[in-house]
Amino acid sequence: MKTQLTIVFASIGFATTLFAAPETFDFKDPKGINNAGFKLDAPLESINGSANGVSGTVTFDPEHPGATTGKIVVAADTLTLPNTMQQGHMRGGQWMDVTKYPEISFEEKELHNVKTEGDVTTADAVGTFTCKGISKDMTVPIKLTYLKDKLGQRVPNMKGDLLVIRSNFSIKRSDFNINPGKFEDKVSEEINLTLSVAGASAQ
Amino acid sequence: MRTVLRALALGLLIGAAGFWLATGANRGWTKTSVPKKIVDDVTGIEGQTYEKKFVPGVDFLAAAVVASAVLAGASFLFGTKNNPTQSNT
Repeated sequence: MKTQLTIVFASIGFATTLFAAPETFDFKDPKGINNAGFKLDAPLESINGSANGVSGTVTFDPEHPGATTGKIVVAADTLTLPNTMQQGHMRGGQWMDVTKYPEISFEEKELHNVKTEGDVTTADAVGTFTCKGISKDMTVPIKLTYLKDKLGQRVPNMKGDLLVIRSNFSIKRSDFNINPGKFEDKVSEEINLTLSVAGASAQ
Repeated sequence: MRTVLRALALGLLIGAAGFWLATGANRGWTKTSVPKKIVDDVTGIEGQTYEKKFVPGVDFLAAAVVASAVLAGASFLFGTKNNPTQSNT
């Protein structure tokens, strides 16, 4: 009987390893380091800022990184600039209108050109980018780093895994109705976005 | 009064330029906070926090130039002191 039970439990363990379920990672960062940076390089002025109000969930299977799906959301009212007045203008109705459009998001539907080396996967993420209430299908390069059992090192007294997502891509102001065609000598048409976020999957 | 206003204008201009130079000669707009990089040891993510700090920019310099020009201009409202001339006759 004892031997049979051991075999049963061993089989369950083996099956669990073989068919490990995808993990869901939560990107609300208790340390507040997750951020999305933005850079606009116009002929007369360069604007550099960031937003740390990152949230969202991503489903990732370490055995099948290509099946990753999820959504990352940035709270528009956390868009920050070093100059308070400039920041006020940026968040205001003429530019980002954060009261009316409180979220900027990217919803990833599928990955193309997936390449995995160890814990690092690079791919082209196909999804929908939404800003100021306008959604556009986009393909952006992403890098996923799976850090197994590293959650405890980042958040004490917690066990689990971490997933780091990095991405760098550009959007056009005019595509998302961000005061299109105005002040282009000071506020460039192209906005370079940098995403560096870590999600946690607690056990 | 005329001299005092002109001295104030010059002092303001030199003081503002000195302060601007001493705080890094920022050629952009005045900043009321500065970004500070923080790195997460586990994930390697580089984040940013903002520290409250006043860093004068070119708009600060322009305001100082305008203010000193107003002071210097105001000095012309005050006439020169007429010293009584002495006659030898």
